[in-house]
Amino acid sequence: MVEFKPNHLVRVKREQMFAFTMLSLAAALTVLILLAIVFYVMAQGLSVISMEFLLEEPRKMGTEGGIFPAIVGTVYLVGLIILIAAPIGVGTSIYLNEYMPDGRFKSVLRFATELLAAIPSIIHGMFGFLFFVIALGDYTGGWSILSGALTGVVMILPIIIRASEEALRSVPSNLKEGSLALGTTRWYTIKKVVLPLALPGITTSVILAIGRVIGETAAFLLTIGGSLLMAASVFDGARTLALHLYLVAMETGNVQMAFGTGAVLIVLILIINFAAAALFKLLVKRFSA
Amino acid sequence: MSPQSDKQSINVKINGNSVSQKDNGKRSVFETNDLNLWYSDTHALKGIDLSFNENEVTAIIGPSGCGKSTYIKTLNRMVELVPGVRTTGEIKFKGKNILDKDFQVEALRTQVGMVFQKANPFPKSIYDNVAYGPRIHGIRNKKVLDEIVEKSLQGASLWDEVKDRLKDNAFGLSGGQQQRLCIARCLAIEPDVILMDEPTSALDPKSTLRIEELVQELQKDYSIIMVTHNMQQAARISNKTAFFLNGEVVEFEETDKLFTNPSDSRTEDYISGRFG
Repeated sequence: MVEFKPNHLVRVKREQMFAFTMLSLAAALTVLILLAIVFYVMAQGLSVISMEFLLEEPRKMGTEGGIFPAIVGTVYLVGLIILIAAPIGVGTSIYLNEYMPDGRFKSVLRFATELLAAIPSIIHGMFGFLFFVIALGDYTGGWSILSGALTGVVMILPIIIRASEEALRSVPSNLKEGSLALGTTRWYTIKKVVLPLALPGITTSVILAIGRVIGETAAFLLTIGGSLLMAASVFDGARTLALHLYLVAMETGNVQMAFGTGAVLIVLILIINFAAAALFKLLVKRFSA
Repeated sequence: MSPQSDKQSINVKINGNSVSQKDNGKRSVFETNDLNLWYSDTHALKGIDLSFNENEVTAIIGPSGCGKSTYIKTLNRMVELVPGVRTTGEIKFKGKNILDKDFQVEALRTQVGMVFQKANPFPKSIYDNVAYGPRIHGIRNKKVLDEIVEKSLQGASLWDEVKDRLKDNAFGLSGGQQQRLCIARCLAIEPDVILMDEPTSALDPKSTLRIEELVQELQKDYSIIMVTHNMQQAARISNKTAFFLNGEVVEFEETDKLFTNPSDSRTEDYISGRFG
């Protein structure tokens, strides 16, 4: 007979209790940090937020007036980036996943995508400045929304490609086979079977990319121009909210106005994240329930 | 190779290339001549000579890894989806070599339907699953589609169970119903041949029986080639049976003869359960 140690089970249970406590503390800490940041920024920023703040142009370097041009600039920039990056990114991922035969070139391409995703955004900004602002200045308008958007595209393409590929890979191959076995072409199968199933994941990837763009400063610091004026076209300079926050805080030291901008930014990002989650659920329900 | 399969291959070669070959008075729809297949360096099919008759059920049996699934997938060229596959030899469908470069694989697959081991309905409604194939071929008329859907579901003996919920998602059906839906989806493109790759291996006995009955029903209008790991199933529903082993055809015979009086000792060992 094996002799069990009488207290061993008690000890094991105690150890488990300790582990669970530590793990829940770690989780609680994460939530606390998030809440602390959100509440602090809100508390600081809410005092300056008003209809005037949201809808008027800034005066005196942004120490007075509102942030409307920065909101418009953000919307322009994000819209333009998504318009360019989403089709290219999703198209690339479809090509990589559905058409391209496995091989050395594909691995190299995947690896390059990973590397591109790992490049610090200030490097993207530097590249954007030299390439889109200076070299292509005649076509992009120099420091402009367009130059910023093209830089943003380079930055978020790998994010979209990687996440879309993940979504495409999750489509069961037996469904693709089922479609092909009925005499369809590969493209028809992609349109009717693969894309509907991958759409929730792809949409989420695009929305998360939007979130990344909205929060980004470094890549646009050197490319979008930082103009306080209302942009009339994509060839004009502009500011995003994040950039406005940075510039107001750095150049004028008016922390109050910067916090106001930050509060708007946080609300915007929260809305986008909740929208992403809701849209994901909706699409899953619509296409695969 | 056994004397039997030798005889079979000779038979095919003498008959030559015309569509109207006679084998016990029946026309051959499919035949493979010296078909070899490699997965990269693995020689998976070795010189397969087989011929399949119209309106018959042919069963392909053999132990796991003997090449039976690979073989059936060469007949609609689905095997080409596997990277690194190479084939040599000839596969004649209605007298034309489907391995020819200019043979349209999409056209082949509308005449040669396939039912898979695991039911694979699309995440769409029952109706849209069946209408999927006809829609590829440009049928948009609601009335015509309705007719095809009803006819196909009836053909797969599923109509009565689903006629009131055609708009429901196909995933709500039971496993056996899903497999019959896949058969209906296949019937909707009006194929001549239906390939079945272990269609009942994931099903319970009752659902299996329904599929088996259905197969015998379908035999009137279609030629059926079915891979099965279930020897009783082969014995119950097929006219002819081919026994595969290590990528070769050991024996190809009338089912009755193969199971009662096999000519090759390996066939006998397999069907009596000595291996496999």
